[in-house]
Amino acid sequence: MAEPAIRPLVQVRGLSKVFGDNPLVAMERIGQGHSKDQILEQTGQTVGLNTIDLDIQAGEIFVIMGLSGSGKSTLIRHFNRLIEPTQGQITVDGTDVMTLSEKQLEQFRRHKMSMVFQHFGLLPHRTVIENVGYGLMVQGIEKSERRKKAGAWLDAVGLDGYEERYPAQLSGGQQQRVGLARALCTDADILLMDEAFSALDPLIRSEMQDQLIALQDRLHKTIIFITHDLDEALRLGDHIAILKDGLISQVGRPVDILLRPADAYVEAFVRDVNRARVLTADVVMQPPSCRLTNENLEEALRQMRGEEKDYGYLFKEDNFRGIVSRRAIEAEISKSGLKVDLIQLLEKPMSVHPGASLEKILPTTLGHPYPIPVVTDDGDFQGVVSQKDVISALTETRG
Amino acid sequence: MAAARPDTPYEMEMVMAVENWLTTFPEMERADLIAIRKALDAGYRAFSRSYGDLIESLFDPLLYFLVWFEKLLLSTPWWLVILIVVGLVYGASRSPKLLVGVAVSLLLIGYFGMWENTMRTLSIITVCTILSITLGIPIGIMMARSDRTQAVVTPVLDIMQTMPAFVYLIPVVMLLGIGKVPGVIAVVIYAIPPVIRLTNLGIRLVDKEVLEASMAFGATRRQRLWGVQMPLAMPTIMAGINQTIMMALAMVVIASMIGVKGLGQPVLKSITNQYFTMGLFNGLAIVTLAIIFDRVSQAYARRTQRHLQGNAHG
Ligand SMILES: Nc1ncnc2c1ncn2[C@@H]1O[C@H](COP(=O)(O)OP(=O)(O)OP(=O)(O)O)[C@@H](O)[C@H]1O
Ligand SMILES: [Mg+2]
Repeated sequence: MAEPAIRPLVQVRGLSKVFGDNPLVAMERIGQGHSKDQILEQTGQTVGLNTIDLDIQAGEIFVIMGLSGSGKSTLIRHFNRLIEPTQGQITVDGTDVMTLSEKQLEQFRRHKMSMVFQHFGLLPHRTVIENVGYGLMVQGIEKSERRKKAGAWLDAVGLDGYEERYPAQLSGGQQQRVGLARALCTDADILLMDEAFSALDPLIRSEMQDQLIALQDRLHKTIIFITHDLDEALRLGDHIAILKDGLISQVGRPVDILLRPADAYVEAFVRDVNRARVLTADVVMQPPSCRLTNENLEEALRQMRGEEKDYGYLFKEDNFRGIVSRRAIEAEISKSGLKVDLIQLLEKPMSVHPGASLEKILPTTLGHPYPIPVVTDDGDFQGVVSQKDVISALTETRG
Repeated sequence: MAAARPDTPYEMEMVMAVENWLTTFPEMERADLIAIRKALDAGYRAFSRSYGDLIESLFDPLLYFLVWFEKLLLSTPWWLVILIVVGLVYGASRSPKLLVGVAVSLLLIGYFGMWENTMRTLSIITVCTILSITLGIPIGIMMARSDRTQAVVTPVLDIMQTMPAFVYLIPVVMLLGIGKVPGVIAVVIYAIPPVIRLTNLGIRLVDKEVLEASMAFGATRRQRLWGVQMPLAMPTIMAGINQTIMMALAMVVIASMIGVKGLGQPVLKSITNQYFTMGLFNGLAIVTLAIIFDRVSQAYARRTQRHLQGNAHG
């Protein structure tokens, strides 16, 4: 991921949207703290968004979640001004989007942001390759270059060979891949995705999520992703904002949402989530309890006795080497004195990946007496997970 | 009313007045009505007397074109016309069956001695169609762009479609006399509403998300219109054009009353003289033209819109 930005890439301040013929009356009521339902009853105006504040960092996947009618689509359409706000401000990379003229707005949409739609929004009268290159065509880029670039993105989403088909000839999943390729083809930094996977079967949907994660690992875009599905939000989001009746209920990391829901609404959302599938090893892991840095047997034994631990984790120059049990050291000392090196007593333990779900690591932790090391693909030691940590994370309720 | 017996003549009069008002419609005075009619007619007549020539001269280019096109069709050898028409039919529809059907119908028309009139009708219908499309589509686009325009134009179209053709023939004839140009104007007034309506409808029915997508990628208004709205509205617009042609053909007989030559005139003559067979044959020739136009434009629309078939949404 890119280095953490000091200033958020996208800033939303006090954004409100009222649908109806007299938004000012409704704005007044919003100021007085009336709810969406009250305002609709009293004034006949529909509050779409109610004083939204958000900060979105460069390079993250920011998920906006809420039930139907909560204002998700309304919110995301404000970022590229497909909808004009009643009040409020959106700043993207230092530009105040609301002050752009029509021409500037066109340029902004061409280069800064692109969008993926729930029902794909493909042009039915154009071939797949023309659809992917649509953003470039709008920019006036010539055909051969368009085709080259569009072809490359079509490959990237796994649809090479479909260039000359029409959208109606593709399955839903394939159409949305075209939608994704079209959005990526303009090289915009920011990707808006409005329920991009909601119209797809569960299996295809999860495939698309994998593909998005894989692409994001490579591209480091800033993705604003809308969904009404909490599992999808938890899976994709670096941060999640929960929207209810046009108001933000909570913004936070997935773990925060899951383990510390801000109100009853969020809690109700979170209640049915399968935590074993959503929480990952890096969320519940702890630093190793007994960190050995000395290869001397006696030293190690003393440290372990002192800390009352049965197992020690040996590190050399900050690299994790293995686990040693107190019993093994004691047995070795009584058998052969102190001649043996600690290294020879090391057990090469099982390890788990930081991104592995608790569901996956539970059998491993149950099958071993010691907390399991959490190690990245590159061999970096991150911490350990014990049976106790896993079980308490699965059963913990809001405190 | 019967219970209250009127005592004085004055009351008597009152009761009678009320009863009159209830049983017969309180009409305007006859004299007033006549005055209004006279004033309007005189006003219009004065208008047409002073501006008729000017307005007529505005239509001169149209007249020259009409005359030229009709002469062209009439002076071209019949076999060449059939070849060209058949070529156009095949180019539009790619259907050999349609091609044979059209060729045979045209040959029959010629064999029964209606070739010249058919060419005259063909020329006027072609011109009317072109005129209706070039006027109707832009109007339809403007209607689709603004709800206010739509609110203004829709009732006008309603009037154009429901007003009996004879009624608006009168001012046209008063202004321009009898002949081809007033004929074309009458036909266009009668036939243009479907193109306008269906252009408007077609554009308004374009999938909102597709339009949003093109906006989200920074398309200009013009790019949206020609790259998204028009192509997606095309099946609907084609249906409108098709209807317009049919209505223009239906208008041929009425237009012949104001001096438009073609298949309508023999039909008109057969009505007044009760020549049944002559009316039937010319009527069938009109029907044949209608079928040719209809099948060809539909086959063309189907062929070019084939990839739109099937549900685009999952
Ligand atoms: N064009 C509009 N005119 C009037 N009201 C609107 C309009 N668009 C949205 N609304 C209202 O604003 C609110 C939010 O709608 P929005 O479409 O943003 O919800 P959503 O969260 O995207 O829902 P869904 O999950 O069903 O897509 C709703 O109450 C809706 O009725
Ligand atoms: Mg929505």
